[in-house]
Amino acid sequence: MRLTLRVWRQKNADADGTMSTYEVDGISPDMSFLEMLDTLNEELIVKGEDPVAFDHDCREGICGACSLVINGDAHGPERTTTCQLHMRSFKDGDTIVVEPWRAAAFPVIKDLVVDRSAFDRIIQAGGYITAPTGSAPEAHATAVPKPDADLAFEHAECIGCGACVAACPNGAAMLFTSAKVNHLNVLPQGAPERETRVLDMVAQMDDEGFGGCTLAGECATACPKGIPLVSITSMNKEWLRAARRVER
Amino acid sequence: MTYTDYPTGEPVLDTKAPSGPVNERWDKRRFEAKLVNPANRRKHTVIVVGTGLAGGSAGATLAEQGYHVVQFCYQDSARRAHSIAAQGGINAAKNYRNDGDSVHRLFYDTVKGGDFRARESNVHRLAQISVEIIDQCVAQGVPFAREYGGLLDTRSFGGVQVSRTFYARGQTGQQLLLGAYQALSRQIAAGNVEMHPRTEMLDLIVVDGRARGIVARDLITGKIDTYFADAVVLASGGYGNVFYLSTNAMNSNATAIWRAHRRGAYFANPCFTQIHPTCIPRTGDHQSKLTLMSESLRNDGRIWVPKAKGDTRPPDRIPEDERDYYLERIYPSFGNLVPRDIASRAAKNVCDEGRGVGPGGQGVYLDFADAIERMGRGAVQAKYGNLFDMYQRITDEDPYEVPMRIYPAVHYTMGGLWVDYDLQTTVPGLFAIGEANFSDHGANRLGASALMQGLADGYFVLPATINDYLARNPHQDEVNDEHPVVQEVVAETQDRLNLLLSVDGDRTPDSFHREVGELMWEFCGMARTDAGLRKALERIPQIRAEFWRRIKVPGTGEEFNQSLEKANRVVDYLELAELMCLDALHRSESCGGHFREESQTPDGEAARKDEEFSYAAAWEFTGTGEAPTLHREDLVFEYVHPTQRSYA
Repeated sequence: MRLTLRVWRQKNADADGTMSTYEVDGISPDMSFLEMLDTLNEELIVKGEDPVAFDHDCREGICGACSLVINGDAHGPERTTTCQLHMRSFKDGDTIVVEPWRAAAFPVIKDLVVDRSAFDRIIQAGGYITAPTGSAPEAHATAVPKPDADLAFEHAECIGCGACVAACPNGAAMLFTSAKVNHLNVLPQGAPERETRVLDMVAQMDDEGFGGCTLAGECATACPKGIPLVSITSMNKEWLRAARRVER
Repeated sequence: MTYTDYPTGEPVLDTKAPSGPVNERWDKRRFEAKLVNPANRRKHTVIVVGTGLAGGSAGATLAEQGYHVVQFCYQDSARRAHSIAAQGGINAAKNYRNDGDSVHRLFYDTVKGGDFRARESNVHRLAQISVEIIDQCVAQGVPFAREYGGLLDTRSFGGVQVSRTFYARGQTGQQLLLGAYQALSRQIAAGNVEMHPRTEMLDLIVVDGRARGIVARDLITGKIDTYFADAVVLASGGYGNVFYLSTNAMNSNATAIWRAHRRGAYFANPCFTQIHPTCIPRTGDHQSKLTLMSESLRNDGRIWVPKAKGDTRPPDRIPEDERDYYLERIYPSFGNLVPRDIASRAAKNVCDEGRGVGPGGQGVYLDFADAIERMGRGAVQAKYGNLFDMYQRITDEDPYEVPMRIYPAVHYTMGGLWVDYDLQTTVPGLFAIGEANFSDHGANRLGASALMQGLADGYFVLPATINDYLARNPHQDEVNDEHPVVQEVVAETQDRLNLLLSVDGDRTPDSFHREVGELMWEFCGMARTDAGLRKALERIPQIRAEFWRRIKVPGTGEEFNQSLEKANRVVDYLELAELMCLDALHRSESCGGHFREESQTPDGEAARKDEEFSYAAAWEFTGTGEAPTLHREDLVFEYVHPTQRSYA
């Protein structure tokens, strides 16, 4: 396959960026999207040009490092991560537009690499259960009903890639935040910190400069792990409940 | 002196493992270890490199105890280390199934599975701690699979006869890692952990014989910084990426452990690498990494190749009597469930005979047709649906209709930095935990044991033993950037990076990585021979010389530069590869994942030579391309007596 790539190039956080055009040839439909970019970069290095910087690591769809907006869609046309997207999803002769995550709270570091440390700070604000090592009771001391355990797992699957933010017209981080709130709040182990967790995480999310949620639903459509939109309404319920209890 | 004429140094006599009954040793060590007064702990700084299961759990736990932790990872977040990709599960001797499991049985299975090349004291401790890990993770909110009654579910895994593997669908590693990451996040918020993401360790600072800090590069600005501490913990993972193609993450690398080795830490059993039998075969030269399909597929899938060489008919056109279900034929009692090393070698053998399938003949079928007929498509989907989807996404073939194609791939490294019972390396004050050390798996790791070891080391072992080191070395002289040793280490690092940037040759870092990786796969992969290893040992220094003549790294060192990161990692692979081949050459026996063709039984099975090789080989660095010194740690088996493994 022969393709035309239009790629966002930006030297560093302070520099202005621009779209650059590259031609790549000999692309196999079996290549992953990132292997196609590897091919481009190998050519650029030999020519002495700066290769395109992008985040990636496991290339199995689980670490959450890769993060490209492809033809306007976070992670591209299939419901998966960029690393699991294959070139057979494109046609010979296509022009493909590749951009970084676009969101006020995710500043560009270089080219297609963005700073997602705001996510870490949301977790630090309360996305944990306080259980210092050594203090745990026997694992079977508390039975967890299977439906609750399954629900917790469904939310815990979030890989923290940020596609939800990139897809959201408001740049909101509600789906990411709600996934962690719901994972922990649904479990009996998470109950003691249930109120402070949701209040503190939402407050941190607002402080980081993420946009407000208008339930556009783009986040859940873009999520490669299928975190459902109802996650957000569950978190809103948790937040209201917590706000009332803390007032009392 | 040539590289293969290595001298033999003093044996390692003191592993610090206490004597006495094996089940009392850990208690004894913890009691004899000196403690640091809680009020004094915050005056001690501990550096932790890596945020996988071992590093994340260690950083969180040390901070909870009151130490000041400075932690590093090359990823953009502490949540992404490659532990996250572990699928299957985590072993623990809970005996919830009442099926005869016990700490002693887990200990026994692990020593035997490791083909009698691990230290009994360490393995027993691992089995003891396994039960506490499950308690800890459940308390953190790890959503393990549960039964309808609300209690934890378990499943069985290759090579054992009890059901002791706890799991969270096919994402156990992810869930355990997020548990550790969240505990670490709590400590970061509390100000007890100073976290440096996108920062890569490039060298170790050793002052007066003690590890006192590291040199690291900020991957965003390119700035080289120094960090000082009272102890340094390496939790930087394994070195499987030396093979270029492996199931490791793209950026997993050996630089932290290799630089520590160069500064005096012995490297043990570097040739013990695990080749996982069920990975998706490569599709072409563009391949950047390999993807594992969980070993659990072998419970219901049947592995076969055509009986005839060069049979290119599609699988559904090959009649039943022209298929060779070779594992069922050679190992009638274990069949498709033989241990990893045996399944991998058998696949290689049939492909070498010219009976492999798929592009390039590097693959075998894993067929679910019988399972679908027996259980129904729905049941197969419920059990393996996510794996089938993943396979289809990568290969564009529907495994419900067409048999999967699989081939072995490098997956895990049992070797690593030599550590004593306290997980301390031969450099005082330098500790190694998780896959970065060599301690518990011998020559072959059992499935679902890597997660167990990473968390045992990080949550429970290191936090108990590092106290003893810190208590015995209370107030050391302050080390800072003015110290001549520090200036020298920084200058060496800077020089290395400048050299990489200034050669301005015509070959990319990846091209060299691929070249050395292919060489290693051919000569130091699934089957090794004296002649092949010697060929590799001749070739590696030539590649190294060519590297320094022809490497091309664009850009500068004072910016975000992924080519520079990669080139610097390849520098270390080019030295480590040589040591792996030497270790494989010197160990002229077969054991576990190390198969020497010269040492096999008449039926082609691995033949150990216990009289000659019942030791861990700990290598001491003497210079690039210089013969390293071999130090032996003799292995004593008081409880599990070595026998020839048999799975027929």
